[in-house]
Amino acid sequence: MEKRATFAMGWLGMAFILPQILLVFIFFYWPTGAAMFWAFTLERPWGGGNEWVGFDNFRQVFADRAYWGSIIRSLMFAASTATLSMAFGLLLAVACDRGLKGYQAFRTVFVWPYAVVAPAAALAFRFIFAPEAGIFSALVKQNPEFWNPAQNGYHAMTMIIICYSWKYAAYCFIFFLAALQAIPRSVIEASALDGASVLRRVFDIQLPLITPTFFFMLVISITDSFQDSFGIVDVMTDGGPGKATELLVYKIYFDGFRGLDYSGAAAQSIVLMLIMMVLTFFQFRYIERRVHYS
Amino acid sequence: MIERTPLLNLATYTVMVLGALMVFVPLWLVYVGATLTVREINTPELHFLTGSHLIENLQAAWARGHLGGRLFNSLIMSLGVAFGKVAMSAITAFGLVYFRFPGRTLAFWLIFITLMLPLEVRIVPTYAVAANALWPFQSILDATGLSDLIKAASGLQIALEWNLLNSYTGLILPLIATATGTFLYRQFFLTVPDELLEAARMDGAGPFRFLVEFLMPLSRANMAALFTIMFLYAWNQYLWPLLATPDRAGFGTTAVVELKLLAPTVSTNGGGTPDWNVAMAGCLIVMLPPLLLVAFMQRYFVRGLIATEK
Amino acid sequence: MAAVTLKRVKKNYGTTTVVHGVDLEIKAGEFVVILGPSGCGKSTLLRMIAGLEAITEGEISIGSKIVNTLEPRERGCAMVFQNYALYPHMTVAENIGYALKVAGLGKAERMARINAVAEILGLEEFLDRKPIQLSGGQRQRVAMGRAMIREPDVFLYDEPLSNLDARLRVAMRAEIRKLHQRLGTTSLFVTHDQIEAMTLADRIVVMNKGVIEQVGTPDEVYHRPASTYVASFVGSPGLNLLHVMVDRSASCIRFKDGQTLPFEHGQAVLVPDGPAIFGFRAEQAQLSEQIGLTLTPGFQEALGSTRLLHGTVANEEAVIAIPGNGPLDATTSMSVTIPASAMHFFDSTTGRRLG
Repeated sequence: MEKRATFAMGWLGMAFILPQILLVFIFFYWPTGAAMFWAFTLERPWGGGNEWVGFDNFRQVFADRAYWGSIIRSLMFAASTATLSMAFGLLLAVACDRGLKGYQAFRTVFVWPYAVVAPAAALAFRFIFAPEAGIFSALVKQNPEFWNPAQNGYHAMTMIIICYSWKYAAYCFIFFLAALQAIPRSVIEASALDGASVLRRVFDIQLPLITPTFFFMLVISITDSFQDSFGIVDVMTDGGPGKATELLVYKIYFDGFRGLDYSGAAAQSIVLMLIMMVLTFFQFRYIERRVHYS
Repeated sequence: MIERTPLLNLATYTVMVLGALMVFVPLWLVYVGATLTVREINTPELHFLTGSHLIENLQAAWARGHLGGRLFNSLIMSLGVAFGKVAMSAITAFGLVYFRFPGRTLAFWLIFITLMLPLEVRIVPTYAVAANALWPFQSILDATGLSDLIKAASGLQIALEWNLLNSYTGLILPLIATATGTFLYRQFFLTVPDELLEAARMDGAGPFRFLVEFLMPLSRANMAALFTIMFLYAWNQYLWPLLATPDRAGFGTTAVVELKLLAPTVSTNGGGTPDWNVAMAGCLIVMLPPLLLVAFMQRYFVRGLIATEK
Repeated sequence: MAAVTLKRVKKNYGTTTVVHGVDLEIKAGEFVVILGPSGCGKSTLLRMIAGLEAITEGEISIGSKIVNTLEPRERGCAMVFQNYALYPHMTVAENIGYALKVAGLGKAERMARINAVAEILGLEEFLDRKPIQLSGGQRQRVAMGRAMIREPDVFLYDEPLSNLDARLRVAMRAEIRKLHQRLGTTSLFVTHDQIEAMTLADRIVVMNKGVIEQVGTPDEVYHRPASTYVASFVGSPGLNLLHVMVDRSASCIRFKDGQTLPFEHGQAVLVPDGPAIFGFRAEQAQLSEQIGLTLTPGFQEALGSTRLLHGTVANEEAVIAIPGNGPLDATTSMSVTIPASAMHFFDSTTGRRLG
């Protein structure tokens, strides 16, 4: 879409966009370029600039079993949080969309977790799941093996998945409810007159009509789970125990800032960027489809 | 619509009540935790009833976490990001939509591609840029041989340096450098009818007047939505402030980053059982501002989320 | 086919009442049009019959059954919506056949009935398309097909033609009428367009502000409007309405500026003495050499076969229709005569018809 009416002073337009172009150059393109540069070079140990090493850094990263571990953990994390948060978000959205008396109060409550700061939620759930003080403390007292996220990697993973999904379900809820409410009321009424019961309408009309949103949310959940998980992991488990909760971004941070392996971290960043770009490409396709649908 | 579905209504309410419990119970446990003493909280039983030590725990958290200064930092950063984003997005979108100039399409794509990659994936080099924001320009000068030229001509060694670490600028700028709001504004400006500009121009309004007196008032709801979303986005930031504020004794950091230090982990002091009561009190304090914002701005918040897809 | 009866039906939204105790009887097989401006409660009335809105007070029955608490699907009504409300994710065939699918009919029978309906509506070649690939008129037909296939007791139309362009609207109007002749199903049609109402209806129900102003055949509504509201809403232009005093002893009505108009017969003889509102149709007034009402001409609107001459009578606005061509000196006042049979009188306070 283009405007028919515009202002004649092109230089003024350039001046208007200049600040953002500058910011984007300094804080987006330069760092992205630097990441690429580092990914293909190694800093000489005695100074004197970087040495071109081709795909060596990538080879090293992909040869690292710890890296594959973090990929698999990230995918597991993405799959479980997407499933949990979308399932709960959708269920609550469908319930609210019925518009029964008082549903507005519930709607307000269901949005709250999204407004809770992630690290605060992480701290809260760490406390709730703390073996010495939380909800399992009584059972832990009888059997210390029952729950110990500080030692047991599965327990730790379960904990961060629950915490993240708790928060993210609210986000899914907002989008699903908006999508459901965007369905014209008359379409629902038409199906009611056609004889469909409430449940039948959900499955025949409402869910099929929000499939574009569903796919959109699926992609968004996965990409978000890569980037937004950092705070939760850092506050709850520090990536432990024994790297059991080390997700991709956490590993990049750890290798880059704790291990000071800029080249390795950069190569990992590039891989993550590629994954995100592929997913975003799908997402744009679905955004397109959604626009066409309505 | 007339519906006689008592069983289904019961099921619907059950689902909603269970959902509400899932939201409330964790928040309630945090609140209860913040009212107990260390001794009470570290007993192996589920505490569901409040104690009487809320105020002292809040005070302890406030002091231990330096929350006064930290919250101030969070507030400045969030306001900076929100205002900066709203202003810059509007101006950039205005330039892109209402003007024709060479390279406009290129500029459009340069800005919108930034939507694809969040800060987290380019975190390491962004840190390097923040350590010296003029590094890109220095490199360009070096690479093009201009530095040498200047040195030869004037004898001055060009060493551009502008360290943004431990500063509000450094906290704010990288978070603004994306296209979220620009996209929102562009979409909005495109829906404004051409006739409005034509009419305004016939009445003698120039570009500034048109932006300030026509587009800004029309986009008030969008502005409120974007502001709310960006404030929350900035308040929620963790990884970036964690890195961008290494000087904890001087500049400090944001309240959200500080939170972790209230409950030590293996990496901070080797673990051990934290003072959960104080940690939960800190948790309450840090949670509160965004919850209040959402409570008061719920309409804009939801609208903004859906419009910006983030 | 079933009769529909409304008894003192009322609808409140919170504290505002949008339908004030409506009584209405629709005979089986009748085509009734509910006519009124937007916000008069006509759509609400239709939706209450469909079961899409609960009623606050009163009683609605379809056939012999009181349906107040029945769900929409139990009432035997089919509805055509203003925006068609087609299911965007289903093909035309699936849209039309959805009600049968819900009812659990087998695929073969469903297809047979879908094809039969599609044939009547000329939709055979579009059965595999999605609604988004159809034109406005085709979507309209699909909406009709979806209503028809269920062979409902009552058809409800909620301004179904208002989204079509003018020519298509005329064509669809004729088709709806033909369809009704063929199927004979009781039909309720809501519209704000008086021409649609006049052409489609067996009887017209004129509504205003949640109250029925008049129920009658198109002729009755046009020629014997029950109130000044109906008089000015129906017909184009609406009835001319002027404030007068009726003087029966002098057999004349007296206008505000003192001029008088004598009458011998017609409605006027039944009207009591005193203030009244006098009405006449633009096309029933004639320019005349004889002494009549004095019209001070204003401007003209040419409509082709006729033209409308706007002016004032006794300082109140009036319009008369005159032949479309020929010379006309519209600068000086002229004399207008109205046959006594074409005079209407309404109560000056309630606006109800007198006599």
